[in-house]
Amino acid sequence: MNTTLRRLASVVMVMFLALMVSTTWIQFFHADELNSDTRNIRSIYAEYGRARGPIVVGGEAVALSKPVDDEFGYQREYTNGKLYSPLTGFFSLANGTTRIENTENDFLNGQADALWVDRLQNLLTGRDPEGSSVELTIDPKAQKAAWDALGDQRGAAVALDPKTGAILALVSKPSFDPNDLASHSTKEAGEAYTNLLNDDSKPLNSRATNWTYPPGSTFKLVTAAAALESGDYDADTSIDAPDTYQPPGTDRSIGNYGGTSCSSSGQMSLADALRISCNTAFAELGVDLGSEALYEQANAFGWNEPFQVPFTTDASIFPEPSDAFAPAFVAQAAIGQWDVRETPLQVAVTTAAIANGGEVMQPYSVDAVRDPQLEVVSETSPTSVRRAVSQETANQLTDMMIGVVEDGSGRSAQISGVTVAGKTGTAQHGEGAPPHVWFTGFAPAEDPQVAVAVVVENGGTVGTSEATGGAVAAPIAKAVMEAVLNG
Amino acid sequence: MSAAVETPAGRTVEPTERRPARLAELFLLILALTAGISAFAMVGRSVTGELPGDFWAVSLLLTGISVAAHVVLRLRAPWADQVILPAVVLLNGLGLAMILRLELAGTKGADAWSQMMYTALGAGIAILIIWFLRDHRWIRRLTYTAMLVGLVLVVLPLVPGIGREINGARIWINIGFSVQPAEFAKIAFAIFFAGYLVANRDTLALAGKKVLGLQLPRIRDLGPILIVWAASLAVLVFERDLGTSLLFFGLFVAMLYLATERFSWVLIGLVLFAAGALVAASVFPHVGARMDVWLHPFDNELYNAVGGSYQIVQGTFALAAGGLFGTGWGEGYPYLVPYAFSDFIYSSLGEELGLTGLLAILLAYLLIVQRGLRTAIAVRDGFGKLLAGGLAFVMALQLFVVVGGITRIIPLTGLTLPFMAQGGSSLLANWIVIALLLRVSDNARRPSALPMRGTVAQGGGAMHDPIVVGAHDGRTPGGGVPVRRPAADAPSRGSTPSHPTEAISGPLDPRGDDPRGTNGGEHL
Repeated sequence: MNTTLRRLASVVMVMFLALMVSTTWIQFFHADELNSDTRNIRSIYAEYGRARGPIVVGGEAVALSKPVDDEFGYQREYTNGKLYSPLTGFFSLANGTTRIENTENDFLNGQADALWVDRLQNLLTGRDPEGSSVELTIDPKAQKAAWDALGDQRGAAVALDPKTGAILALVSKPSFDPNDLASHSTKEAGEAYTNLLNDDSKPLNSRATNWTYPPGSTFKLVTAAAALESGDYDADTSIDAPDTYQPPGTDRSIGNYGGTSCSSSGQMSLADALRISCNTAFAELGVDLGSEALYEQANAFGWNEPFQVPFTTDASIFPEPSDAFAPAFVAQAAIGQWDVRETPLQVAVTTAAIANGGEVMQPYSVDAVRDPQLEVVSETSPTSVRRAVSQETANQLTDMMIGVVEDGSGRSAQISGVTVAGKTGTAQHGEGAPPHVWFTGFAPAEDPQVAVAVVVENGGTVGTSEATGGAVAAPIAKAVMEAVLNG
Repeated sequence: MSAAVETPAGRTVEPTERRPARLAELFLLILALTAGISAFAMVGRSVTGELPGDFWAVSLLLTGISVAAHVVLRLRAPWADQVILPAVVLLNGLGLAMILRLELAGTKGADAWSQMMYTALGAGIAILIIWFLRDHRWIRRLTYTAMLVGLVLVVLPLVPGIGREINGARIWINIGFSVQPAEFAKIAFAIFFAGYLVANRDTLALAGKKVLGLQLPRIRDLGPILIVWAASLAVLVFERDLGTSLLFFGLFVAMLYLATERFSWVLIGLVLFAAGALVAASVFPHVGARMDVWLHPFDNELYNAVGGSYQIVQGTFALAAGGLFGTGWGEGYPYLVPYAFSDFIYSSLGEELGLTGLLAILLAYLLIVQRGLRTAIAVRDGFGKLLAGGLAFVMALQLFVVVGGITRIIPLTGLTLPFMAQGGSSLLANWIVIALLLRVSDNARRPSALPMRGTVAQGGGAMHDPIVVGAHDGRTPGGGVPVRRPAADAPSRGSTPSHPTEAISGPLDPRGDDPRGTNGGEHL
């Protein structure tokens, strides 16, 4: 029997060899492919099992990972979730990640290339890996002021440091609480997400960065800039300001707010037209400048391309000139109506560029990234995107905007002891609906510290066609600017 | 036992009365316990940050079991193989650590303490067997009892009220607690086959025509084989478990081959089984569905289907996540796989210990199996050869079925990894297998006081005489003194090829050390 026993032993060897080969096949040769299979949720578990770094505003964490006793080990928590969710976004097992949680993921989870020294130290010292902290540019006081001032109204507020492009406040209402989505219960998180998606007020979409509105009269800043840049106009140039204006090629005419008259003479200076926000004057000015000039100027301020702040915003829209872009539409576009759409962020960027002497600064929200030892890993240095207008044009626009606040439609944005420059907007959007109201401005005019844009949907608490940017939006902008200046 | 022995060379050697100190086993046990106990500590540290609550109790129990088994072996089976026990303790310890790790992570159903208790119970039974069963040949009396027990155990899961279907396979019974009777049935069948074949091997081997170079058995001799074939297919069809079916059938075919040395039996067996399985796969939808899952597990439809390939795919992901070196104890996500602590403990270990760990584990099993087969080669009686060979092979086959199922060499089945997977039946049964193997190996390696009849006549006097199997078979007893004695088959190498083992009956028959003294009529 020993011969057969030896043969059997050989068979056993072959069987074991087969097992070793099949195991090696899976664990070594096919491992990469299997690890990247979408049905393999280990990568997610690994991601959610890490001590993720906090997102910090003003020295305090607004998003942080706390150790918990479940299969992941860490639960993401958002202090003041609704206030900061337009920035932080969410970190959700069931629904993915968005905004800072998404764009800064490699730093937050400690896997960024820049953190290799850190990882090596962890490996050598046996320390548990920790993510880096992401410090935002947000001024917590300005953020809070904007949040409180908007109250229960739908809308958004954006504040920028005009010299750097740093975002000081970014508020969207209604907002959502990312804690609901960060629940490790797939069922709870899934339900919360579905509810938010189905909510008519669309709280998941940040109105500040990913929502476009008709800009209304705030667009007159762009039209005025195009006029000044053309060299044919200055602040004192007298332009037509008829009671109604009928653009070429159409029988529909444009009137002024409330059907009022801008000027008894039918003529007024460019500065005055901006100060009282005269529609007919700017409509005719727009037609005179042409769609090409308006398009060029809008793009110079940043239209038609999204910003990376670092998460991606919606692009503001100014239609490309074409045969279809007839003068009738150009007249509407010049006063921020028709197909012109703008994010509140773009309004703030435009205003900040004027405040910054014509230079558009790249808006950003991440100030610095620090590793767990608090050493700076990456720091954002302000970058100029391009020059939108000349220093001279910027100066003239500033003077005109000071006029708006001192003696025009934006008087409720005045701050005692501070020169405020601004522009109101009241954007029609559909027959009979109360207008979206705007205010954008900066202060102090002589040494700008803050540029702000505020939009309130459907006239806000006023809620009627009586609502204006000056009445509803300007006080909010004032509160934000005061918070920054007094900070 | 102290009588001088005449060696072929004519010199006189004092056969060792001295028992082996079993120091090798002690040393290996310390290594195995170190691996197991440090694994307990590591899973605790990594999962909860502290030593597991059961750490001391489990560690002391495992150590106690090992020491007790070691001491009993010294006293009652001093010549038994010294590697088998440490390898078992290593595997059992690592399995316990993984179950503990899964329990600490909150995996439902993982219960390290119950596994520890069954380990203690299994080892306890093994110790009792070694203590009271002084000679494995006594078991031969149980040949037909074992057959009956085996058949009853196989049928039990089909009995209404007792049988339980778990995950589509009906291989469980519930008698207050769940038992997987197949685990015990394999031992019963190994005993039966050994007893039956040792008595009937001549008829099976020699009668019959020769066709195409294959010695075909006579039809009437096919009876028992057809019965086992039918029983195996019945298991496949009614209990829906390819693994159990394969286990019994493979065991029988292997033992038949061992006994008759006729390859035709293997061929007939394989053809019959393959044919039966193919027919079953095409006739019975559940068998066919299992085949689909085996062949196309990554198909999304099958992946999402109830009873589909989700588990095997997740198990494959776990293995892949482990890679070469694994995530380390407690650092992976083995619990994502359903039944990570029992049916899929192999993938759990693969995830945290990596390919390196799994190869080490496979080698530990290989060591046990090869030591078992070596015992079979060394032992002198035919029953012992068949029993040890069968038990060693059935463990190898079970491992192949389980690991092959997880790594998709064969369709997935309901069998569990011996000593590692959570489950009382499996633990008890496999500890019994180990006790029997150790008992046989003690008999195989125990030096005999008998004068070596026939060896003088056959031995050429040269030092490299082929009958000195002990030395190159590694059967040198612990004392370091090579004891030369005839191995049952050694002289057969030179005898008639058609009838090799028969050549040793008669003058070479070392039946003198049979305590019963009468095993005449047995073919060795």
